[in-house]
Amino acid sequence: MNRRESLKALGLIAAGSGVLATACKQDKAKDAAAAADTEKLPGVQDFEHERNKQLHAERFFTEHEMATITVLADIIIPKDDISGSASEAGVPAFIEFIVKDLPSHKIPMRGGLKWLDVQSQKRYGNAFIKCKEEQQLALIDEIAYPERAKPEMQQGVAFFSLMRDLTSSGFFTSEMGVKDIGYVGNRPGVWTGVPAEVLKEHGFDPEKFFG
Amino acid sequence: MADYQIKENPEVFDAIVVGSGAGGGMAGYILAHAGLKVLMLEAGPFFDPAKDALQLRWPWESPRRGASTTRPFGDFDAAFGGWQLDGEPYTTVNGTEFEWFRARMLGGRTNHWGRISLRMGPDDFKPTDGVTDEWPITYDEVKPFYDRVDRMIGIYGTVEGIRNEPDGIFMKPPKPRLNELYIAKGAKKAGVPVIPGRGSVLTEASSEIKGRGTCFYCGQCGRSCKVYADFSSSSCLVMPAMKTGNLKVIDNAMVREVLTNEEGLATGVSYVDTQSLQEYTVRGKTVVLGASACESARLMLNSKSSAHPGGLGNSSGLVGRYLHDSTGASLSGFLPQLLDRKRYNEDGVGSVHIYSPWWEDNRKLAFPRGYHIEYGGGLHMPSYGFLNWVPGVNGKVAGKNGEKKAAGGYGAELKQDYRRFYGANVGMAGRGTALARKDNYCEIDPTRVDKFGIPVLRFHYKWANEEIAQAKHMQETFQSIMHEMGAIITSDIPGPETLYGLEAPGKIIHEGGTTRMGNDPKTSVLNKWGQAHDCKNLYVVDAGPFVQQGDKNLTWTILALSMRTAEYILEQKKKLNG
Repeated sequence: MNRRESLKALGLIAAGSGVLATACKQDKAKDAAAAADTEKLPGVQDFEHERNKQLHAERFFTEHEMATITVLADIIIPKDDISGSASEAGVPAFIEFIVKDLPSHKIPMRGGLKWLDVQSQKRYGNAFIKCKEEQQLALIDEIAYPERAKPEMQQGVAFFSLMRDLTSSGFFTSEMGVKDIGYVGNRPGVWTGVPAEVLKEHGFDPEKFFG
Repeated sequence: MADYQIKENPEVFDAIVVGSGAGGGMAGYILAHAGLKVLMLEAGPFFDPAKDALQLRWPWESPRRGASTTRPFGDFDAAFGGWQLDGEPYTTVNGTEFEWFRARMLGGRTNHWGRISLRMGPDDFKPTDGVTDEWPITYDEVKPFYDRVDRMIGIYGTVEGIRNEPDGIFMKPPKPRLNELYIAKGAKKAGVPVIPGRGSVLTEASSEIKGRGTCFYCGQCGRSCKVYADFSSSSCLVMPAMKTGNLKVIDNAMVREVLTNEEGLATGVSYVDTQSLQEYTVRGKTVVLGASACESARLMLNSKSSAHPGGLGNSSGLVGRYLHDSTGASLSGFLPQLLDRKRYNEDGVGSVHIYSPWWEDNRKLAFPRGYHIEYGGGLHMPSYGFLNWVPGVNGKVAGKNGEKKAAGGYGAELKQDYRRFYGANVGMAGRGTALARKDNYCEIDPTRVDKFGIPVLRFHYKWANEEIAQAKHMQETFQSIMHEMGAIITSDIPGPETLYGLEAPGKIIHEGGTTRMGNDPKTSVLNKWGQAHDCKNLYVVDAGPFVQQGDKNLTWTILALSMRTAEYILEQKKKLNG
């Protein structure tokens, strides 16, 4: 089988047309994502599917916690000219799932959110989400830069680092985030090496295998 | 269990093959194509990459975005199983460690492996270091089988003429990615050679290979391939063998014991259906074990009889002994030259594009043998945690304004940093020769059974000074390459307190040696054909027969040796009938 026949076997070439049916495939992918919650994909083991269903049925964070997560996620990844915000990409729902999936995140997240509210209460007399934006950011500034944070803020630093990692994971693995970061693979093609103009830009010789 | 009953299969098979990975798959393939009636028993479910691969799925199709919660290499990885299996424990002797990876599925670990396909060399079979043991066979005896495996399964690479890194029959290799060009340049300056990778991925069509597609460069071999463009035992050996009509597969069949008669010959096996828990026995004229080095040893040790009081084929007391994995250590960093890099699709193949074969002269070093280096990094598909390193290092380089800032952050600036650093990472991992030592072993735990009532393995494995010295050498090499390529190291540099980042034994998933071959029945379990000294119709075809691995990932050698053993079985049968 040559490469063209490989692609046919995958159903990625519309019969006779020779055009990659990428658009159609992406629609299917979206459906699959929506179905992933309830429908078992081929190649997913029974116990994995049961576990996914069970985790989706559970609820960990309270409404107040979810609201705080949403505010924090959007502070970490706001909307800009290229793409939307973390919450627009579904990050809070991802975080709700992942802490159930990886329960070692549960206490650091719950306790960290509480830590944040206690700090906000002490400073501004309000829960974090009820504080003014500049108050919120003043507090975040003290926990977002590990190397310059004060010793008494270290618990906050640990929490914010976890929150930041979960947010970047959730955002840049969403459809919006994958597009934003410019990942253009995961599709059939032919790899003939680094494009010549990129090789030149980096000072490599396109004629040589190792540049 | 009032109606406890063992079902007996009336058919007598010419051969029973236990396990369907590289070793079992190849034996089944050769025997079935020669016309033998073969039964293959697999402890896990049937798996067909064409249907079951999670290839080409997007990260958002996994609720955990590819995190490794239920699969050690992530949600899309092909392996069913891991270092821990529910209801199938193993134990370790205090003060020792071993991590035992098992993939329970048709094709076993060949569905997800790295496809790095290296031959062991002349000095790996007959070492000259005075420390490691020699094999009863030479490279020249195995070479014709390596050649046939190359043609039959397909491998890319380049002819380099390096003495102990034998060339094969190669398809064209994939070109290096951008970070790999920087690595090659830096390594050269550091005195470390880099050559094109060698992987069992079809980069070209071949008239000798039927029913398989050609690689379309998604870089996802670890998920197994829907068009069979890479080597999995399931797609390339077992399913074609089934098509001959001579190989029958029973899946979800966990073999309990090899049955023997009064003369001590194997007569068949008993197994439990893991789904119904029904017990079965089935008879065979020859029994071939390819269950994985430790699982085959466990099976032999659990098959006790009056003829084999210490376990089947274990009069030497060496079944389970000489267990050895590869050594492994790694280091990560990023290349400032690749910040804000131009985007394009560089998925490439899912095996290695480049690697460094062992280059040093051991006479100057504190350890025998060596290691090779595998490299990573680049514009790969996003998945859980893939940018976690960025907030830790975004303070290490000046921004567009020419000034450094504090690491971490949030907001539009951080969002831009994620884009800036994506694809700039590089990683390197050493894979080296661990010594096959008699006092590293697995044995039957006298007190524990698994959920099927089968006694479990207990491991006793400790690294020696040689392996620690090797890991130290790896770390020094990695730092030197990183320095020469202008990379910034992002890992903590591991020192003596962590054995220089040396991974726990078993973590590299290259375990072998538990049923070593040799000419003397007192110092080996199998003869040089993989046949048990104590039981003429019992053979082992996984990595158990390995006397001593080289630094070469062992699958290609398992395939070559299994092919050789299967043809020996055919010759023996001919002699008996003739």
